[in-house]
Amino acid sequence: MSHYEASIREPLVLGDKSYHDITEDIAKPIEGAANKNWYIAFYISLAAMLWGFGCIFYTVGTGIGVWGLNKNIGWAWDITNFVWWVGIGHAGTLISAVLLLFRQKWRMAINRSAEAMTIFAVFQAGLFPIIHMGRPWNAYWVLPLPNQFGSLWVNFNSPLLWDVFAISTYLSVSLVFWWTGLLPDFAMIRDRAVKPFQKKIYALLSFGWSGRAKDWQRFEEVSLVLAGLATPLVLSVHTIVSMDFATSINPGWHSTIFPPYFVAGAIFSGFAMVQTLLGIMRKVTNLEDYITRMHIEYMNMVIILTGGIVAVAYATEFFIAWYTGSPYENYTYLSVGAATGPYWWAFWSLITFNIVIPQLLWIKKFRRSFIITFIISIAINIGMWFERFDIIAIVLSKGHLPSTWWRFEPTFVDVGIFIGTIGFFFVLFLLYARTFPVIAQAEVKTILKSSGEFYKKRREQGIPTKPEIIVTDISAITGRSDNNLNG
Amino acid sequence: METSKVIHAFYTDDEVLLDAVKAVKAKHHHIEEVFCPFPVHGLDKAMGLAPTRIAITAFFYGVTGLAFAIWMTNYIMIEDWPMDIGGKPSFSWIENMPAFVPIMFELTVFFAAHLMVITFYMRSRIWPFKDAENPDPRTTDDHFLMEIPVHNNEEALTSLLAKTGAVEINIVDKH
Repeated sequence: MSHYEASIREPLVLGDKSYHDITEDIAKPIEGAANKNWYIAFYISLAAMLWGFGCIFYTVGTGIGVWGLNKNIGWAWDITNFVWWVGIGHAGTLISAVLLLFRQKWRMAINRSAEAMTIFAVFQAGLFPIIHMGRPWNAYWVLPLPNQFGSLWVNFNSPLLWDVFAISTYLSVSLVFWWTGLLPDFAMIRDRAVKPFQKKIYALLSFGWSGRAKDWQRFEEVSLVLAGLATPLVLSVHTIVSMDFATSINPGWHSTIFPPYFVAGAIFSGFAMVQTLLGIMRKVTNLEDYITRMHIEYMNMVIILTGGIVAVAYATEFFIAWYTGSPYENYTYLSVGAATGPYWWAFWSLITFNIVIPQLLWIKKFRRSFIITFIISIAINIGMWFERFDIIAIVLSKGHLPSTWWRFEPTFVDVGIFIGTIGFFFVLFLLYARTFPVIAQAEVKTILKSSGEFYKKRREQGIPTKPEIIVTDISAITGRSDNNLNG
Repeated sequence: METSKVIHAFYTDDEVLLDAVKAVKAKHHHIEEVFCPFPVHGLDKAMGLAPTRIAITAFFYGVTGLAFAIWMTNYIMIEDWPMDIGGKPSFSWIENMPAFVPIMFELTVFFAAHLMVITFYMRSRIWPFKDAENPDPRTTDDHFLMEIPVHNNEEALTSLLAKTGAVEINIVDKH
């Protein structure tokens, strides 16, 4: 077996680590007690979540009229938040699936948390269309089920229904991909648990994973095929989300560049959220040796690329809108009319947060700085929210007739539900960070010899990665034992 | 169940393990099982395991999903209750097909992914409430365990395994 990797590449695992050290490091946050900061963050998130749930109950109990919608703008914050959350989810699948296909080893330190983020973000996204139905108990009507309403079926020509299929496939496939990868790591926690209750829980979660050679062979094949399936899936999801708009005939929406541009924007915002989360997590879980400066830099490079695609798409939209000469196009979200109109602040927020600020990442020093990366990632999160708000609210605020010109003003309920989903997201993520192995330790162990700092240094000195075999006294290591120490 | 004797040989390094597996195979001993904390590349070949066919099943599951999507859209939109939606053809599946491509794609992926994972769980016998079967808890941490059945050749096996770098060798009565 070759564990060779060019010495010019920076190590992915820092420090003098053995396989057992990796186990210890990953298990520590789960086995130790939570610190004060965790509790503060958790209770703030919980309060926000409960406030959001209150607003949801108020909406459902009273009606959608409690939102700031009007006769012209029939969806605004809810669909903005939906697209924002779905977009954030995309980075997780990109890291775990696309980077697996491209054999990028650096994904292994971050894929677990990025996938968790995907799943939790898609939960939040799914809430919005269901709440907006007004009667969420009828949400199952979106499924093609035989029913008693005459032969009334769902409409397979509608992009909204495509979305139902895309989002549910995406959520469920991401979930099994994530969980299958978690099995060996849950088994690791199970096998070292000392408290009986903890052992029971992790035994249940690990599905009785035993790590046979045949299991590992299947595990690797399943991971590869799931990655191959998830790659077009992740592209299809935001493509279909963009079609919610792009198949309409509204100026500003009926754009053929929406699908690729939405996908790039989704990855852009998703990586920003990964940076935000990991920037905090590597500190509080003491995993700085695994989530290194280089991981942050590589993710920043993806942000530069996808942010660049988004910037080119903005420029194209702006140019084409102007070039048509159509007066209606002057009210789309990327136009002189938008830049100088009543929503000028939303327009300029988009440009500043999404195009101007991310350019700082061209500077290597900033790209490798944790604090600057964190600040820029927050800026991108805000910018990408404004992108969706602009696409929806600015475009809808100016219809073809001046009599339909109307502005959207959010109510406290709109704001409350959005804050609630942010709280819900962080509640889930904080619970995850305390109970799940946050790094795919089995996978990291496979790259320790090729990409670990310790082994890389030894290889430069000409010491082979394979330890020398010293045959000791056979009787000293031989014994009899009862089968199944595991019980 | 009948009691049978096996040897459990422990290793702490993947490369040493791989060489040991090759050495044991070269002496024509049967390796019952190897438990690993992480996938060791080339181990399946060294042990003589057949390649897995799980990717092939995924293909057929995907084809099933695609066929299901075609049947469903045809039955619902064309046969059972055709509706005029924006003048789109409601009388011919093939003419309305472009609108069904997203559904066909999503169901292909849905069937392929989920049924493949279920097949994997069934074949590898992993599911909720299943008890773990690794004989030693260290095999999910940093130890590799090779299990070899014994047929009155304990000593020969033990000395062979010790030479390959085993850190611990246990003779076990398996029940």
